[in-house]
Amino acid sequence: MISLNVNQKVYQVDADPNMPLLWVIRDIIGLTGTKYGCGVAQCGACVVHMNGEAVRSCITKVSRAEGQKIITIEGLSANNDHPAQLAWQQIDVPQCGYCHSGQLMSAAVLLRENPNPTDQDIDEAMSGNICRCGTYLRIRKAIHIAAEIQKTKTKTAI
Amino acid sequence: MKKISVMAVVILVIWMASAFRDRNNPLLPGTKNEKIAKDSIESVKAFMKVYKVLMSPRCMNCHPSGDAPLQGDDNHIHTMNVVRGPDGAGLYAAKCSNCHQPANVPGVHTPPGNPKWQLPPANMKMVFQGKTAHQLALQIMNYNLNGHKNKEQLIEHVRDTLVKAGWTMGEARVPPPMTYTAFVAAWDNWVNKGGYAPK
Repeated sequence: MISLNVNQKVYQVDADPNMPLLWVIRDIIGLTGTKYGCGVAQCGACVVHMNGEAVRSCITKVSRAEGQKIITIEGLSANNDHPAQLAWQQIDVPQCGYCHSGQLMSAAVLLRENPNPTDQDIDEAMSGNICRCGTYLRIRKAIHIAAEIQKTKTKTAI
Repeated sequence: MKKISVMAVVILVIWMASAFRDRNNPLLPGTKNEKIAKDSIESVKAFMKVYKVLMSPRCMNCHPSGDAPLQGDDNHIHTMNVVRGPDGAGLYAAKCSNCHQPANVPGVHTPPGNPKWQLPPANMKMVFQGKTAHQLALQIMNYNLNGHKNKEQLIEHVRDTLVKAGWTMGEARVPPPMTYTAFVAAWDNWVNKGGYAPK
């Protein structure tokens, strides 16, 4: 059995240690918000956070995730109110939506490490997340909006 | 008397030549001033073998002239707009270890792996790409350009698992042009024989 901490809940999982973390999250634990895109770390649809980093769960073996803190799109915020989620909703970023859990998870890391990202910062953080609908311009706009929301939230908290 | 003067001049010339040579190939800081068998011809010969490996995609792809890593046997710029970042490990959601696992992922076009996967840091880029053998040898032997490595640390460096990962390159990638063992032997020979740079 492998012990996994996903969205602050501990799961005992009976899986091959070489199984991709994505399969465990989706098929065993049942959290299907994280998507399968390419299976070879090329598209970003499967991004989850492992100890706060935006790892690609399709090629991350579940053995690497054991004992680490995993956050999926379902655990990004308590009420779907992460600044990136609010911004995504505000300007209706998704078209088909398939890639956007990965997009949001990557954007969340960017916003944490750089609260005021420029267009170039956004490109450097997000270019590994592919969107076949081509929503890139809205993604960029939403990240700028999310940065503003984040600042307001921080001020309010102070 | 005349013989003694000639001898003195010869000794002086040899000493000056030696001093000049040492100024071009200073012993690296921290290096023990041991009596090593310096041999510029053998050293340069060894480096020319080393150079072929360092210029192979398996080494050069992570020692690019720009701030983006390279990929593939044709040294194309890494897809996904990946950049070096201050510590060499990428930036934000595009850090090296987000895709590069501790070990290779099976299959073609999958990320090769190593627990230390990264580029040299931004303040010490250690560029290989575009360097002549002369330039690269001088760079590697320069303490201020080689990641502050003295001679012992240079010898140790090629035994690092990240260097060795160049020979476990994953599927469908061309290996370096000689075996890892032959590379280490050539590297040691180059450094131990004085770390000379080819002209």
